[in-house]
Amino acid sequence: MSQASETLLDIENLTVTFPTRSGEFQAVRGISFTLGRERLGIVGESGSGKSMTGRAILRLIRPPGRITADRMALQGRDLLAMREKEMQGVRGQRISMVMQDPKFSLNPVMRIGDQIMEIYRFHTGAGRKQARAKAIEMLEAVAIRDPERVMRAYAHEVSGGMGQRIMIAMMLVTEPEILIADEPTSALDVSVQGSVLEIIDKLVKERGMGLIFISHDLNLVASFCDRVLIMYAGRIVETCAADKLHEAKHPYTRGLLGSLPRIDRPQKRLQVLERDAAWAEAESVSGRL
Amino acid sequence: MSEIVLDRLNVWFGEGADRVDAVKGASFTVPSGASFGLVGESGSGKSTILRALVGLVPTWSGRMKVDGVALGRKRPRGFYRDVQMVFQDPYASLHPRHSVDAMLSETLKLHGFRDIDARIVKLLDDVGLGPQFRFRYPHQLSGGQRQRVAIARALAPEPSVLLLDEPTSALDVSVQAEVLNLLTDLRAARGLTYLMVSHNLAVVSHMCEEVAVMQNGEIVEVMSVEDMRAMAPSHPYTSRLLEASMGYRPAG
Repeated sequence: MSQASETLLDIENLTVTFPTRSGEFQAVRGISFTLGRERLGIVGESGSGKSMTGRAILRLIRPPGRITADRMALQGRDLLAMREKEMQGVRGQRISMVMQDPKFSLNPVMRIGDQIMEIYRFHTGAGRKQARAKAIEMLEAVAIRDPERVMRAYAHEVSGGMGQRIMIAMMLVTEPEILIADEPTSALDVSVQGSVLEIIDKLVKERGMGLIFISHDLNLVASFCDRVLIMYAGRIVETCAADKLHEAKHPYTRGLLGSLPRIDRPQKRLQVLERDAAWAEAESVSGRL
Repeated sequence: MSEIVLDRLNVWFGEGADRVDAVKGASFTVPSGASFGLVGESGSGKSTILRALVGLVPTWSGRMKVDGVALGRKRPRGFYRDVQMVFQDPYASLHPRHSVDAMLSETLKLHGFRDIDARIVKLLDDVGLGPQFRFRYPHQLSGGQRQRVAIARALAPEPSVLLLDEPTSALDVSVQAEVLNLLTDLRAARGLTYLMVSHNLAVVSHMCEEVAVMQNGEIVEVMSVEDMRAMAPSHPYTSRLLEASMGYRPAG
């Protein structure tokens, strides 16, 4: 566990604020957590701040939105103090992000091979030949059978599942220490979902990558991750080991689990989540190890 | 009184070399008052069956019957009252610049109702929205509230059949539970027949008594929900779907 306990990312009191006509809105409200070489799940419903947390780590919140934190460090280096130029060296190289839908994340007018090579060359300064070899190697790593053909293809010529694997190849070609995956399989069919998760899982294990897995799917996170943060209204309301998610204590987590229909347990009516105003007011639980 | 029968339904798009056979020889019967599920992955043809039934796709062959009446290219007037559809994405299926009141009254007017005012109040109440929602626009509603409006609009002509195309897949799980409960209550109260499309097997197992599993345009298996709960599918594709729906299992 010595390797797993090494802290890659250390976040303390992270807040994301957006000014609105009716005052300031805090999408993320003072959350703290650490990420080691592990699979960390962040679950919550839409608007809970889970995606904003992922974006804030990469400082991808556009002004007038603001990111503040007492500490947001990547292996000891303060991300918030970095100049934009330095941040560019972090994004895609040390921390990568895979978004939900490959249709919107791949460049539609650029060949897939060129897109992967561009990223690799930007971050490593490698030549075309080396970048090409690397891109093909990555496509093979994500189980694409005919990488030479896919290199020449455009985004619209590949299926959703293949597009998502290409995105992962593109994000991992620079061998980042951290991968942030924001609903990476929600747009995919269940059968394809399994193979994409397997690829991510393998990369985490083989390369010792840290993974932040953002999802609304509680069963998926429970079966895929090591540790889970449950977010509600911009705060962390509960943290637990992923395999213990079904024994979660917080009424919000319990309510979410109860509202899921289950194949193995028929019920007349589904449990409806009664929201308690106190959940949003309560202090955030720390996700630091 | 609103049995749905499909007999060797074929649906295709395009012609000649471009022809795509989206549904191939689909047959099933939904008894009146039952709830029947269609599951499968994207592109398997499940939504296309719904679209062919309501008359949104003209290129089909085979036989379709609702309430004992065979459907042709042109549907009788009553058909458009009897069979209503609820779409997947309430962000796309409601007109952004029409208020809830305008949407419902237009539907009611089209179907020749007179007591429109009273009916709108009743419909909003039936779907669990208070009268305060009557003059709101879609952007002032949450996803769950929008789907309730879409359901109210589908109920306005007093149909006997609802075709539900992934009615909760755009919603959070807690909101999904509320909308599914609403659909359960409405079916009980009005004796509706449901034909429901979903990629989520748990949702279908909760809502339906019988399920057809589709793959590449064909129905590979029709199974009872009891068999599904017992994890006793007869087709290998169904077992794959069932396994995948249980969460992540690393291979080996």
